[in-house]
Amino acid sequence: MSADSEQRTIRCLVAKVGLDGHDRGAHVIARAFRDAGFEVIYSGLHRAPEEIVQAAVQEDVDVLGISILSGAHNTLVPKVIEGLKEYDAFDDTLVLVGGIIPDEDKEDLLEMGVAEVFGPGTPMEETVEFVEANAPER
Amino acid sequence: MNAAAETELVEELLDGKHRALARVISKVENREPGYRDIVSRLHDHTGHADVIGVTGSPGAGKSTLVDKLAKQYRDRGETVGVIAVDPSSPYTGGAVLGDRIRMASNVGDMDVFFRSMSARGTLGGLSTATADAVKALDAFGKDRIIVETVGAGQNEVDIVRTADTVVVLVQPGSGDDVQMLKAGILEIGDLFVVNKADMDGASRTVADLEEMLHMERDPTAKLNTGSFEKPDHPDHDEIDADGGDADESDDEEHWEPMVLETVAKSGEGVDELIATLDDHSAWMDETGRREAKARQRYAAEIRQLLRADAADLIDEELDRRGGIEAMAERVQARETDPYTVADEVLGPIEDCVRQQRE
Repeated sequence: MSADSEQRTIRCLVAKVGLDGHDRGAHVIARAFRDAGFEVIYSGLHRAPEEIVQAAVQEDVDVLGISILSGAHNTLVPKVIEGLKEYDAFDDTLVLVGGIIPDEDKEDLLEMGVAEVFGPGTPMEETVEFVEANAPER
Repeated sequence: MNAAAETELVEELLDGKHRALARVISKVENREPGYRDIVSRLHDHTGHADVIGVTGSPGAGKSTLVDKLAKQYRDRGETVGVIAVDPSSPYTGGAVLGDRIRMASNVGDMDVFFRSMSARGTLGGLSTATADAVKALDAFGKDRIIVETVGAGQNEVDIVRTADTVVVLVQPGSGDDVQMLKAGILEIGDLFVVNKADMDGASRTVADLEEMLHMERDPTAKLNTGSFEKPDHPDHDEIDADGGDADESDDEEHWEPMVLETVAKSGEGVDELIATLDDHSAWMDETGRREAKARQRYAAEIRQLLRADAADLIDEELDRRGGIEAMAERVQARETDPYTVADEVLGPIEDCVRQQRE
């Protein structure tokens, strides 16, 4: 293969935001994404929304998956989305939320611009297929 | 992507828009149509950054050290770009790029632009992509650019060649002196850092490295055992200090690679490393090494591009002639041989080129 054939790969940032130390789910997702052929950047634990924005912008990811199990999604997710807008990165980034999200909050998140919310027990294939089908065209 | 959009993207990058820089690097990495024009336009704005390559085996502490280096440069008021290259799966092409986690000292600081790249399994392609990404950071106006990669094979060596100064990270207990003899490791380093120097065996690793380095530059160094005038050095640190100074004053044209010790996690030894990097940088400017190295790099780059383009042209021609499989079958059936086939394919191209010359 020569150096010039186009090689597009879906890039994802798997992010843990806020005071939430449970990252098993994020690790499992990171691994599933890797096995699906995606490039996965893992943020590490306890990140502030600004750090997530910084990473998403600099890494130019197609997909931002935020994992939250602490119940602080209504505070943290809007901040991340605001930050992405500030850097003109919101329009072509697919924002997903995974974790424990009550049904009544889900609607609000979707309205805010989150593409989908994945709760516990979602089959891995479903998430991977969703990303493959909805990763933004650039 | 059309020309107008390209122009806009380049303008935005030169204006300092982070999103544009990130997007240009993606285009370079994806080899997207139009990326060549973008890099061509950026070239005029490059050549101002000091590029440092950091390589070493997995777990040696590269990312942690890079984080500390970036922090120190930021404290001095310089802007920093980091490109961290991680391996990708040869089976699925997927990758987990984990170097970003270590960048703890620089979170929220947008003047440290950190970008993870994966080795997408293209021979030679990665080093081109890395070199182009460095250009993007350079044109953006970064003062220091650090390229970090797992140093194991040809690909990695090619990547660190894009750097002005190459730092090789070694961790204590990473094998005896024979490991250090293995090709590549000693030749590429301008500077050797034994990280995790608080671990057992660190001084042993320093000693092994020094021995191999001196043997390479000057096989008889420190072997004057017949003399009573020179006392034996009591410990390795002193050998390091003495050896380094003496060699430097002896010959200004020659850079004697030094062995330093750091503990990246606590930041121990980072000051000294920065000072030595500055020394190397100054030395390159004084001796003209920086220009010479850059010229070599451009020559290699031109050559690589030409090879890739020529290969594409030949692929096109192969497809037109019914593909390489059919030719292989003819060779296997003893109808022809590989040399004749190669001549047949290349002949018309050669004729064309020769005609053009006249």
